[in-house]
Amino acid sequence: MSIVLRGLRPYGEQPADLVLEEGRIADVCAPGRGVGDEVIECDGLIGLPGFVDLHTHLREPGREDAETIDTGSHAAALGGFTCVHAMANSSPVADTAGVVEQVWRLGQRCGLVDVRPVGAVTVGLGGVQLAEIGAMAHSAAAVRVFSDDGECVHDPLLMRRALEYVKIFDGVIAQHAQDPRLTEGAQMNEGALSSRLGLAGWPAVAEEAIIARDVLLAEHVGSRLHVCHVSTAGSVEVLRWAKARGVPVTAEVTPHHLLLTEELIAGYDPVYKVNPPLRSQEDVEALRHAVADGTIDAIATDHAPHPREDKDCEWAAAAMGMLGLQTAFGVVVETLVATGLLTLRQVAERMSQAPARIGRVANQGGDLVPGAPANITVVDTISRTDVRARDLVSKSGNSPYVGMALPGRVWHVAYEGRITVRDGVVA
Amino acid sequence: MRHLLSAGEIDRDQAVLILDTAAELGAVTDRSIKKLPTLRGRTVVNLFYEDSTRTRISFEAAAKRLSADVLNFSAKGSSVSKGESLKDTALTLQAMGADAVVLRHGSSGAAHRLAHAGWIDASVINAGDGTHEHPTQALLDAFTIRRHLAPEGGDLAGLSVAIVGDILHSRVARSNVHLLTTLGARVTLVAPPTLIPVGVESWPCAVSYELDPVLDSVDAIMMLRVQSERMQAAYFPSALEYSRLYGLDAARLSRLPEHAIVLHPGPMNRGMEISADVADSSRAVMVEQVANGVNVRMAVLYLLLAGDGKDAG
Ligand SMILES: [Zn+2]
Repeated sequence: MSIVLRGLRPYGEQPADLVLEEGRIADVCAPGRGVGDEVIECDGLIGLPGFVDLHTHLREPGREDAETIDTGSHAAALGGFTCVHAMANSSPVADTAGVVEQVWRLGQRCGLVDVRPVGAVTVGLGGVQLAEIGAMAHSAAAVRVFSDDGECVHDPLLMRRALEYVKIFDGVIAQHAQDPRLTEGAQMNEGALSSRLGLAGWPAVAEEAIIARDVLLAEHVGSRLHVCHVSTAGSVEVLRWAKARGVPVTAEVTPHHLLLTEELIAGYDPVYKVNPPLRSQEDVEALRHAVADGTIDAIATDHAPHPREDKDCEWAAAAMGMLGLQTAFGVVVETLVATGLLTLRQVAERMSQAPARIGRVANQGGDLVPGAPANITVVDTISRTDVRARDLVSKSGNSPYVGMALPGRVWHVAYEGRITVRDGVVA
Repeated sequence: MRHLLSAGEIDRDQAVLILDTAAELGAVTDRSIKKLPTLRGRTVVNLFYEDSTRTRISFEAAAKRLSADVLNFSAKGSSVSKGESLKDTALTLQAMGADAVVLRHGSSGAAHRLAHAGWIDASVINAGDGTHEHPTQALLDAFTIRRHLAPEGGDLAGLSVAIVGDILHSRVARSNVHLLTTLGARVTLVAPPTLIPVGVESWPCAVSYELDPVLDSVDAIMMLRVQSERMQAAYFPSALEYSRLYGLDAARLSRLPEHAIVLHPGPMNRGMEISADVADSSRAVMVEQVANGVNVRMAVLYLLLAGDGKDAG
């Protein structure tokens, strides 16, 4: 079975026919020349390597009322992803080979995206004892990314040991940078607005201080560090300094931190409650420029589904997190492409190639050339569509974008040479 | 006005109207009849997720003096303590036909959420939400200050008010900064830097880390309760040091202008933020504050409920 993507413009450049066969791009040829069993007319649409998310909460096992690997895979595919990293804070926690293999197998069974489990750094995310990192790395799931996300590995000695240990198999520690003491009871970004609203402040320094410590640790032991969901201008400065020194650190930013600001919280609607919190416009600007200049390597959704009752309540009682998979590309177009900060080649780098490299995912984040894996997302950047609750296929509805019009649209997705999304619908 | 959620959303004329209405209603109920028929047939629910007997009783008395039916839902011994969500409780109150819900809640924004989440049609009165606001407390403070220092009525232009203590965690301070400045008073917040909110520069008030320099220029001084648990969180080293630096004792009282009054929203920590002799002195107006609280809450209920088109009997 071969498929021709006819008239596709890789990275928005010259149109070509891409022939997909046996999970690979078999041929790239002049438009109209490609031959295959099935032809998908792309007619000038843009081709990008399939997106790779380093930070997804699929909630299974444990919170199947919020999301399952199946529903999350559907949302990911519709968002243009061909690979997602399922965070470890499930129940039970993904801190053993058994759990990560289960997640990996459920992902395989669904077959819409490559579900790469993230292993916990510490047992039960408890921050006390290292989880069986080696067993997870050597399991069928071949875990390479380890994170206690949701919790910060705040014990400096434990963090050092974790960084050192994952060198055995070229793994990476993805840190949720949040000093727990500086954020006790914290509800939103600390500043004039938190004081006015009477919500306990979440100071930027609580993130920046951990990142500063961790880049120094990573430099000291020569290990790979990845910083999750960078949210402040100060964090960007620390990362820029570290990269200039040659520290092996990478970083991600979420779509919501590139678009939304804390002002949205004035009405106390918990759909805007997220960890790390929405910050100021100056932070948003700094983050966008950090993506543009490469200080931030990757866009990662931090897709965090929560059932309705966990958001339909007062602010303090609400869960932290928001949906992100289906809207990520639109937000990237809005904040980075339409603003001229990123070219489409750079979008491919930040949404596919860099995250695939960071996660050491074979067969993802390839180029659109003959021989590369056939993981391809076909998009446009022009059409503007309203985000409607009924179009979100996640099991939860906590999207802050409902009612907004976002540019850019995912039309077709090929995963391992199979069409998973056709005309914006799961095939 | 449909709800009273924040003193920050009351403008000067509305504030003066509430204070004037409170004065009128107070005069009538003091004089004779005790009960006005104004809200007969209307239902006011006191929904208290935090224990505050004094605030609940004050609202209850206010509603009853206007002949409203009063239902009390308090945290202890009811579904609200058994984990029922605010939303479910709201739906219950909606089904019971509540016209107004007086909400005390430990979460900032709870009243705002109850008013705007689409769960209920009733008017919502914020009786204290977390560390956000407590607008009727500010109204009764303003009423008390006006009665003493601007007896001719109107606003509080030209008066100087110091608010001393745990500003960071105080909903009373937040509401008072909004309301008193709206009414034209100059407000100075006095506290150690640990108990001053981040971003206070954007508030319409002055800040002093020391109490002594502000004493001789204030017309009213409001002492806030300081919980000794704050010590454990390192906001200040000891109760003794706090009261030495920020407590109002007889020596400091003597340095206030002669006309100046002392307010406290209660309950007091005698010996901490206020010494016993100051609390019992003739300058202290705490007992009046309690009485004025009923009048102000009558005014708020009256203005929210009496003019909304339903038959008010
Ligand atoms: Zn996180």
